[in-house]
Amino acid sequence: MARILGIESASLTASVAIAEGDVLLAEYTVNYKKTHSQTLLPMIDEIITMTETDRQSIDAIAVSGGPGSFTGLRIGSATAKGLGQALGKPLVAVPTLDAMAYNIFGSRSLICPLMDARRNQVYTGIFRNEKEFQVIKKSCAIAMEELLEELNALGEPVIFLGDGVPVQKERIQAAAGFPCSFAPAHLNRQKAGAVAVLGAVYVDRGQIQTAAEHKPEYLRVSQAERELKEKKGISLPC
Amino acid sequence: MSETDVLILGIESSCDETAAAVVRNGREVLSNVISSQIDLHTLFGGVVPEIASRKHIEKINQVIDQALSDAGATLDDITAVAVTCGPGLVGALLVGVAQAKAIAWAKDLPLVGVHHIEGHVCANFIEHRELEPPFLCLIVSGGHTHLVVMKDYGRFEVIGRTRDDAAGEAFDKVARAVGLGYPGGPKIDKAAREGNPCAMKFPQAHIDGAPYDFSFSGLKSAVLNHINHAWMSKEEISVPDLAASFQNAVVEALVSRAVAAAKEFGYHQIVLAGGVAANSALRQGLKEACEKEKLEFCYPSPIFCTDNAAMIAVAGYYEYKRGVRHGWDLNAVPNLKLGE
Repeated sequence: MARILGIESASLTASVAIAEGDVLLAEYTVNYKKTHSQTLLPMIDEIITMTETDRQSIDAIAVSGGPGSFTGLRIGSATAKGLGQALGKPLVAVPTLDAMAYNIFGSRSLICPLMDARRNQVYTGIFRNEKEFQVIKKSCAIAMEELLEELNALGEPVIFLGDGVPVQKERIQAAAGFPCSFAPAHLNRQKAGAVAVLGAVYVDRGQIQTAAEHKPEYLRVSQAERELKEKKGISLPC
Repeated sequence: MSETDVLILGIESSCDETAAAVVRNGREVLSNVISSQIDLHTLFGGVVPEIASRKHIEKINQVIDQALSDAGATLDDITAVAVTCGPGLVGALLVGVAQAKAIAWAKDLPLVGVHHIEGHVCANFIEHRELEPPFLCLIVSGGHTHLVVMKDYGRFEVIGRTRDDAAGEAFDKVARAVGLGYPGGPKIDKAAREGNPCAMKFPQAHIDGAPYDFSFSGLKSAVLNHINHAWMSKEEISVPDLAASFQNAVVEALVSRAVAAAKEFGYHQIVLAGGVAANSALRQGLKEACEKEKLEFCYPSPIFCTDNAAMIAVAGYYEYKRGVRHGWDLNAVPNLKLGE
């Protein structure tokens, strides 16, 4: 049974967890303003010490792979990459929105996580997790109107969650032609437990990376790159 | 490697170079790997922080692996991990800091956060084995212009700093204005070799009550005005003459203060460091002034002048030796001050 260390720092939430099969051995989640750079590794140290886990006994490191805050993602990624490199263990990148949707289980409703993406967009996706986890619409950055149109076309009940909800709630309620509900506080933010447990599913499917290969999925180019492309039609080499 | 050897893994990502190195016993560089992003940033005419941060995370594991393998070492041979924690671009610094912390934690190794400028000063220990503090050091780079006394290992006193632009920044801006492109330092240096340094006279700034502080924004403006004026009156400018005259003014400002400070504070040695330490006119100017004043003068090879991790490992070694250890909450500090 694989022992997975989960790391989540894509947004305001800092969260770390150790999962092993059906047991979430430890989870430490903080929604507070301190920077992830100061909190993440001390939190990992805390849960590893608390559960008397041998660092070498970790089989894989699951990291919330994006989208999200560029800096937040990189702190999580660099931490995972350093751990993978030093422990000689593989990484598994769990898309941030997939892991958020994974918080909800056993409902026939669609699950729609929302993260504020600024520039009048949200990072979102559409999922179902009734018996097994299904990705209906992959992670993307789109305008809220576009998402609502799509959900209206699907015409099924939707559970919303994420830090985008407070900003978008009124708009959703005004435009939704479908029953909608909003997840409560203990389920509505990123959690490393979900990253680790869904990470284990991906590990079983062989979706692993080396620490060197891994990089965050930002879903967006940098502002400078966007402007370079708009002004001069130049794209950066990959 | 012997049991008593102290091997420091150094990691540097404060700007646009992803670097890792292994240094034995403080002065012997076993490996020094630098992955430069300069070609990418040239497209933008300067370093773009977000792009720099993205490239760091794509390269950092490979750079560290290469540094270890070049040194014939594994992480099990490493005594401590040293990482640049500031000053620099915060997003860029964070990649190196998070990576270094994770490696140190995973291998149960001591972690030492290093000041980037301290690294530049310590680059001199690599090739000058006899060099020991105290000495006076002039640090000149794209982001920094400092005159400091290294009193002892890990102990610095800043006696002069720039009030506005760093010298390297002024080089970049002038180079851009005359169409030489980025990075400005090497471009100006090259163009100046064909020019007359006395062709144009540019002003020197002196700051009342702070004889060792620098200011380059007035000089930069004077050069830009000169270019504009010539352009308006349709006069041809000799780029080599302009480059040489501007460079001469910068070098004079740097050299005169360094020499005056050495004399006032009684140091017999001036040490040069930082990216602009690779500038040939600055080296020559300081060398001649030191010969005249019977001062000793040393500077690192170009490879140790540019941002690199060997210098961070050297600085990290001396910090480690004097007992400095950082916790897992070590953060990147973009405006970290030296000597605090």
